[in-house]
Amino acid sequence: MSILAVEGLSIAFGGVTALDEVGFAVEPGDIFAVIGPNGAGKTTLFNIVSGLYVARQGRVTLSGEDVTGLAPHQLARRGLSRTFQNLQVFFRMTAVENVMVGRHLHENRNILAHFFTLPSVLAQNRATRRQAEDLLAMVGLADTADRPAAALPYGALKRLEIARALATEPKVLLLDEPAAGCNPVETEEIDAVIRKISAAGVAVVLVEHDMRLVMKISRRIHVLNYGRTLTEGDAATVRADPAVIAAYLGTKAGAEAERAHG
Amino acid sequence: MTVRRVLASPYALVIAIALIVVVLPWFLPSNFYVRIATLVYINALAVLGLNLLMGFAGQVSLGHAAFFGLGAYAVAVGPTHLGIPSWIALIGGVLLSALIAFVVGRPILRLKGYYLAVATLGMGLLTAMMIANEVAWTGGPNGMPVPRLVVFDWRVTGSQMWYWVSGASLVLGAWVAVNLIESPTGRAFRAIHDSETAARVLGIDIARYKLAAFVISAMYGTLAGAYVALFDGFVTPDTSSFIRSIEFVVMAVLGGLGSILGSIVGAAILIILPQLLTVFHDYEHIVLGLIMIVFMIFLPAGLVPSLAALIRRRSA
Repeated sequence: MSILAVEGLSIAFGGVTALDEVGFAVEPGDIFAVIGPNGAGKTTLFNIVSGLYVARQGRVTLSGEDVTGLAPHQLARRGLSRTFQNLQVFFRMTAVENVMVGRHLHENRNILAHFFTLPSVLAQNRATRRQAEDLLAMVGLADTADRPAAALPYGALKRLEIARALATEPKVLLLDEPAAGCNPVETEEIDAVIRKISAAGVAVVLVEHDMRLVMKISRRIHVLNYGRTLTEGDAATVRADPAVIAAYLGTKAGAEAERAHG
Repeated sequence: MTVRRVLASPYALVIAIALIVVVLPWFLPSNFYVRIATLVYINALAVLGLNLLMGFAGQVSLGHAAFFGLGAYAVAVGPTHLGIPSWIALIGGVLLSALIAFVVGRPILRLKGYYLAVATLGMGLLTAMMIANEVAWTGGPNGMPVPRLVVFDWRVTGSQMWYWVSGASLVLGAWVAVNLIESPTGRAFRAIHDSETAARVLGIDIARYKLAAFVISAMYGTLAGAYVALFDGFVTPDTSSFIRSIEFVVMAVLGGLGSILGSIVGAAILIILPQLLTVFHDYEHIVLGLIMIVFMIFLPAGLVPSLAALIRRRSA
């Protein structure tokens, strides 16, 4: 059974159809990319799957459970987390505190215990911080733990969001343009991080414009154009598809993708 | 090293506040100053609660005097009309206030920014109007006397005793606030303040935590209101007035949103400054207004956070 399945998803904004009957399925440990030109509906798709938007029609299932229309925090509880294209970092907190917030669901949330800082709360704070530090180390941000998030460069914030999303212990992780604004070295690091996440059995769904990265790491690629599915397949199939080349890759990007693969 | 670690601990602040409360009376020349200090502590308690809501959870309230007034009238109406011992009326008032905040907060905390500001403003105005109109219960615009606080055989009376009661309550209130901030609840508050979207995606039930912040801040405000009424021995509808709500907001912003110490400093400034400015007679309010404008221009993050940042830059 697929860990995440999307069927016949449609949504319109003020009469303009942003997504039209989009569907796909993702297995545990998959690296699944959604690509397409700007305005194809990729982020809209993520916003529906993560519960920020409500679809006009269609179904989303997580581990076979129908989760259509559930709120984001309810989806997080069921093992879905995500990052954002336009950063949603807690800028007034330190890097490690950002990741600590991601542990929320795994902490005791009894507010009365928090009033009086019972010893259990202190022990939990220490454990949460340790786990957050481990995750920061995993994305290569170990030495930034106590710096304010606002002081970190863009590429670091992208990785901070990944660490924060991982802190929820997701089964499905949606990454919205994880490599945007990153230099080639940082992109390499993100590549390695994504592989590590998938190796741990987490299904990774990513929206990404860096075709070298997409072609290199994705097991399957789903191509959107004007809110509709153009095609879906592995890197070789998608790259060779004339419709995809015409709509998105173009001849230049196609060549680049070819190089990445070869 | 250990000294630095102790100073870096958020609890160092609570200890510092406790020390100030204990030492200050030796420097206060007369009962008049003890009274002022007591009023600072009581107001700081209300501002501390408001700061949890505004400075940490990022939700504005322009009607917090509603809870302040509720506390004040709980200890006035309870003993006078219902024959309840005043300490039970005090606790009952705080619990009733929490219940009201819970019921009112659920619908209005869905609103954001200006809309939330107007809704809380409405809550404040409504409460003030009810207090002024229920003449049979509250004495209307003339107010009513408040019987002394008696806990079993202990009669809480006089500036000296109220100094210690309010000071101890402030230390306790600051301790609870620090506890909250350094807990998953506090992290949820701050996360909501910075990005509601990210907070939701990470599993935080934002409606629950906004409501929690609102209820907790209402309880702080109610306790402070009850103290002021018991301390003064008299209440008027002024305790729940719009001006009072604005004063609390000004204290929080002036001292520093998101700063525990700022809450106390803000309350101190707004209570002590008018006393000092009486030398200006008719121009008192003009000078007060000017000082506030200058404060905000040069210390935009509020007194405590702005000065802390300045010191950090100097020492770095």
